[in-house]
Amino acid sequence: MISADTTATPRRPTSAADLASALSDVEYLADDGLATAGYLALRLGRPLFLEGDAGVGKTAFAQALAQATGAHFVRLQCYEGLDAAQALYDWDFTRQILHLRTVEAAAHAAGERPDAAKLEASLYDRRFLIARPLLEALENTPSVLLVDEIDRADDEFEAFLLEVLSEAAISIPELGRVVAAEPPLTVLTSNRTREVHDALKRRCLYHWVEHPSFDREVAILRRRLPDITERLASDVASAIRRMRELDLIKPPGVAESLDWANALATLGARALDPDLAAATLGAVLKYREDAERVRSTDIADLLGA
Amino acid sequence: MAGAGRERDITEILVGFARTLRSAGVDATPDRVQAMLRAAGALGVADRESAYWAGRLTLCGEPDDIPTYDAAFAAYFTDAPALPPKPQIPAPTVRRPTILFAPRPAGGGAGSDDREETTVASMASDTEVLRYRDIAVLSAAERDEVRRMLSLLAPGAAPRRTRRLQPAARGPVDPRGTVRRMLRQAGEPTRLARRRRRAKPRRLVLLLDVSGSMAPYADALLRFGHAAVRRRPTLTEAFTVGTRLTRVTRALRHRDPDVALGAVSRTIPDWHGGTRLADSVKAFLDRWGRRGTARGAIVVICSDGWERGDPAELAEQVAHLARLAHRLVWVNPHRGKPGYAPLAGGMAAVLPYLDDFVAGHSLASFEELVGVVSRA
Repeated sequence: MISADTTATPRRPTSAADLASALSDVEYLADDGLATAGYLALRLGRPLFLEGDAGVGKTAFAQALAQATGAHFVRLQCYEGLDAAQALYDWDFTRQILHLRTVEAAAHAAGERPDAAKLEASLYDRRFLIARPLLEALENTPSVLLVDEIDRADDEFEAFLLEVLSEAAISIPELGRVVAAEPPLTVLTSNRTREVHDALKRRCLYHWVEHPSFDREVAILRRRLPDITERLASDVASAIRRMRELDLIKPPGVAESLDWANALATLGARALDPDLAAATLGAVLKYREDAERVRSTDIADLLGA
Repeated sequence: MAGAGRERDITEILVGFARTLRSAGVDATPDRVQAMLRAAGALGVADRESAYWAGRLTLCGEPDDIPTYDAAFAAYFTDAPALPPKPQIPAPTVRRPTILFAPRPAGGGAGSDDREETTVASMASDTEVLRYRDIAVLSAAERDEVRRMLSLLAPGAAPRRTRRLQPAARGPVDPRGTVRRMLRQAGEPTRLARRRRRAKPRRLVLLLDVSGSMAPYADALLRFGHAAVRRRPTLTEAFTVGTRLTRVTRALRHRDPDVALGAVSRTIPDWHGGTRLADSVKAFLDRWGRRGTARGAIVVICSDGWERGDPAELAEQVAHLARLAHRLVWVNPHRGKPGYAPLAGGMAAVLPYLDDFVAGHSLASFEELVGVVSRA
């Protein structure tokens, strides 16, 4: 069911527990640590730096945070070679040229001489500015800015980001300074492919996101997939839990358990049995070695029969 | 009045806790401590749980900090007399860089050759000769000289082309740059601006074996690691392997080699232990390598390849690593010795997956390694 009023006034959580319940309203079940981290980030106006295994719900947390607080959600996906023009703003050169030619042509037709200074000023109008994620997050406040996989960007970009985040403002030479009415709540995620600078980390709250406990995982499955049976949810959660103990190359995260439960439900399963599990293992395990290892241990054993 | 007093008490307690944590090895800098106090204020620290999170979210900076934090928190905030916080923590002020310095086994230990033992250098040796001498059999003065020269090495990594573009004299046309030039001339056509893909050095990953059998070389390896980390702090990662994997990049960042090595010695729990290379390489792949640290990087493993476990398992892990890395270089100090052949289990098993197999027993061989890495 979609929440009735999407244009609700921004919600200001008054405690970590309050934030947890707001998140739960938008179908995100956060544990105490994550809820506290989110609450502190809101209260102290500090960016939140999230790390954890792939698929534990770091990105989903930022989305849920935006939904729960009624803020605008902006995502900046980092990659190598990302630079200021792609993250901040860019001038729409094609339209600027078109504008230039149009004014020229109109003036020519009217037999006038265009005023050069005026013409140049008109080229740097806000309508020729393309807002990239950072500018968008500063302009549309309140906002939640997700800087995803910061470790993939170059370290020069990190230094640049630091400046934007600490000032919550951007200077555009031709236009002036854009200052956020309210600094965006920034969530940074990293997969630890390289060390992020201490200078950036020091300004953030740091949280390592763990896999959910068994009960929480069952609750997440039930919440996100309301059609599956309680039995199936707990079967999937316990099988996934055992898989995480198996020392796999890629232990399944919450995203995988949701995929798996969804696949099983699509096949009309009401509970998990060894045959079904073997047939749908591809939804959970993404390495041949992992699938072999799970098959070599008794699947019935995995289901905790 | 009483309220203010209580508040100061809480501040004192928290700052004291931060100090305990710092001596346990978590880098709780003063600004982090301030952040903790603010966080504690925002949460209204009334219970253990909020104090725990206020500290953990602000004082920790990486996953490795969390177990240390948990232990320090439990020790500091529990009144259990069995766990006094102080003695648990290793004394931080005593810097012992020489701990890394494996004392030469009296009377020629395992591996050292009697022939070489007789050539005792009494004075500072000629540098040229020193360059080719086995690091394991040097006198103290010679070792100091080699250390000094090791710190002058600057291992870089060969560049690769990135997706990032930079202005260039020739190459594909840069539309934005061209338009910018045109605008400067009120829209008149002008010379085309061009750009090309930029080159960037590859990431360098060092896996240094510090197990017992590598003891005579560990000091030199770590100094080499220090030189590499200092040269490109953001593009180099260093780990020690042995019975377990330890990341030492952070410790090696310090400018002074002796201080850095002292920090490393405090970080490594399995100093001069046994070798379980397969497990260590697997741990590296699971926690770092597959996520991207090893992808497209130049990976250098420094080890004698004496594997206690199953060589087949080591081969499997190394094969995996070779698939991820751009180039896999193995440095084996024994390779430089006359009569050595890589026949021992572990070394023979991994040989098919290596791109380069170099010696690492003397200063000259380290210089050769620098060459291999920067050409790779």
